[in-house]
Amino acid sequence: MRKHTIVALVQDRPGVLSRVAGLVRRRGYNIESLAVGHSEQPGVSRMTIVVESDHVEQVVKQLYRLIEVIKVSDVTTDPTVEREMVVLKLHAPAAARHEVVSMCGVFDAKIVDVGTSTMIVEMTGTPAKVENFIEVVRPYGIKEMMRTGRIAMVRGARGHNASEYVESAGPNGATVPTLN
Amino acid sequence: MSETRTGAQIMCEALIREGVEVMFGIPGGAIMPFYYAMWEYRDQLRHVLCRHEQGAGHAAEGYARATGRLGVCIGTSGPGVTNLVTPIADAMMDSTPILAICGQVGSHVLGKDAFQETDITGITMPITKHNYLVKDVNDLAYVFKEAIHIATTGRPGPVLIDITKDAMQKATVPNWDQKLNLPGYKPTYAPNRKQVREAIKLLLSAQKPLIIAGNGVIMAGASEELRHFAEQLRIPVITTLHGIGSFPEDHPLSLGMPGMHGWVHCNRAIQECDVLFNIGGRFDDRVTGKASTFAPNARVIHVDIDPSEIGKNVKVAVPIVGDARLTLQALLEELPEREALAELHAHASDWMEHIRDMQDKHQGKQQYVNRANTEHMALPPHDVYEKLNRALALRGNYRVVTDVGQHQMWAAQLLDWNAGPRTHITSGGAGTMGFAVPASLGVAIAHPNDTIWAIVGDGGFQMTNQEMATIMQEGIKNIKVAVINNGYLGMVRQWQELFENKRYSGTPLSGPNFARLAEAYGWKGLTVEHADQVQAAIDEAHATDGPVLVDFRVEREVNVFPMVPQNKSIGEMIITEADA
Repeated sequence: MRKHTIVALVQDRPGVLSRVAGLVRRRGYNIESLAVGHSEQPGVSRMTIVVESDHVEQVVKQLYRLIEVIKVSDVTTDPTVEREMVVLKLHAPAAARHEVVSMCGVFDAKIVDVGTSTMIVEMTGTPAKVENFIEVVRPYGIKEMMRTGRIAMVRGARGHNASEYVESAGPNGATVPTLN
Repeated sequence: MSETRTGAQIMCEALIREGVEVMFGIPGGAIMPFYYAMWEYRDQLRHVLCRHEQGAGHAAEGYARATGRLGVCIGTSGPGVTNLVTPIADAMMDSTPILAICGQVGSHVLGKDAFQETDITGITMPITKHNYLVKDVNDLAYVFKEAIHIATTGRPGPVLIDITKDAMQKATVPNWDQKLNLPGYKPTYAPNRKQVREAIKLLLSAQKPLIIAGNGVIMAGASEELRHFAEQLRIPVITTLHGIGSFPEDHPLSLGMPGMHGWVHCNRAIQECDVLFNIGGRFDDRVTGKASTFAPNARVIHVDIDPSEIGKNVKVAVPIVGDARLTLQALLEELPEREALAELHAHASDWMEHIRDMQDKHQGKQQYVNRANTEHMALPPHDVYEKLNRALALRGNYRVVTDVGQHQMWAAQLLDWNAGPRTHITSGGAGTMGFAVPASLGVAIAHPNDTIWAIVGDGGFQMTNQEMATIMQEGIKNIKVAVINNGYLGMVRQWQELFENKRYSGTPLSGPNFARLAEAYGWKGLTVEHADQVQAAIDEAHATDGPVLVDFRVEREVNVFPMVPQNKSIGEMIITEADA
């Protein structure tokens, strides 16, 4: 099955995340990652969903059936900036530290914590670069790993400004976004 | 108007503002404040106390399906609302506009497993068009407005509002003037004109065109337009189970029902047609059979108000997103001059003649009713339908509600559906046994001057027959129940007979004496065991000014034919017992 990157603008109302996740699950599509956060417009959230499906237009249409979903685009073939962040706790006793530090330098990864036998590094990049970095440091011993999932934005003037689709936000014009 | 109101009063006033007149429900702890307020508004809001929330939900569905208006049902927190789950799922599958109003425990104990607490918004997320949990009295006026708008517009469907007890008890000055804020919900009603012209181009090129009409035609009130369109182009019309009533079956262009228990000539016509125009139907698997083999020669035009239905099950050449009525109007406006239709018309009679030949070869309706091999039976089910069919045609002003199973398919096949839209009401997509008796309650309240026949099997009847008490308490007199009693869960038994070597596992079914049960509820109860008693029983039911149940004890092992086995092409039908 092909992987597709879908970008969605959704109204910031309680339960919207479970609606989106539940819909994708029950229609039988596999979510590889789902990232969500505030957009530039108060009351509107932006989601990036990576799904495996050979019927991506059905995923998009089904998402549109959700009342709180404002705009959905499959940006898989569009020119986009795609980013993912990984935070890794590596096994790094004194003897291995020098090598780990230099490897982090090559990948623009940041060392954010150093313990007696471990280091926490954070690294941001394209999903491919993140994947690559993880493989390179794996031999040192990954004790914990946390990935954010992919976020994507279409390059250039095209794309979706949240304010184009929304006059005001929230059921009562509420501007304090809540996500649960 | 800007007076302080409790949340519960706001709920009542919101419903009245939206034109709601009747609600079906059962009270309980968490919903009590709503019932307290309801008493003040009882002249405008009629409350019908049901015996089970499932009955309340189906009654709301029946009301909605019979009128096109919103049906409202009410349950209290916990088991009250979980009992509403089945009718909500049913309404979702059949696009029925209902509003479920649910009491919830107080917001201070929400999430703490309080007595009768259930996460009903979580449970119903996949089976509602939308749902809400309201914890603040200030949100109530807006949420009711938005909820009813969503339930009744676009592709209609069930909407649930769960309200904490304290939100109903607290008071506020309601703001009725908030504008709807739904940037993600803008249903498309008017069709794209370019697509409409594409559809006409394709239809004009056809030699064997066919129309399939579904529920969307009825919901859009597009029957007149459909008739005009079919007549102008001289295209035969097939009506799906939910499309029954959208096009009169006595019209020369009408072919009847397709699908698993559809007529042979309908299914063969679909397999042979070169252009298939589906308006307001969703290519359910009970219509298409094995989808990859469905209408192999056809280029498909699909009109639906829900874009996600187009291309979901069947490949579509010309998609049109829009309301059925506006789309048919646009098609009629874009039709070329009569001369341009000449070629289409030239093929029309050959095509129709071919279809009617297939029909004559396999079964005209009455031939099927009077099958030779029923002669040994004391009461073949077909006799009930034949007599009821004649009686209804003579009587007029009737509506028929069916349940799910063999009796439902016989009703769809053997009654002549000429009484117009919203006269055939059944559970289609979800196939909910227990639908008919409570749904008939909603239909009867909506149409007090019509005769409402609920046709139901002995299995489905025993799931929700307690609503006979509701019907009695409400003084409803225009409901007549026909139990097609064969002592089996008949459709399952049929599958067991045909595909599982007659292993009748879990299908033989006993029951009480239904006529005496009806009498116990204060109804008139009649029992029919022989074909020669059918007419008298129907006549007596019609002559009685009150609810009547007729227990038709039909031949036990009779199958519904024709039949397409599951996952088979609709081209491969079992036409009679002899083929099985």
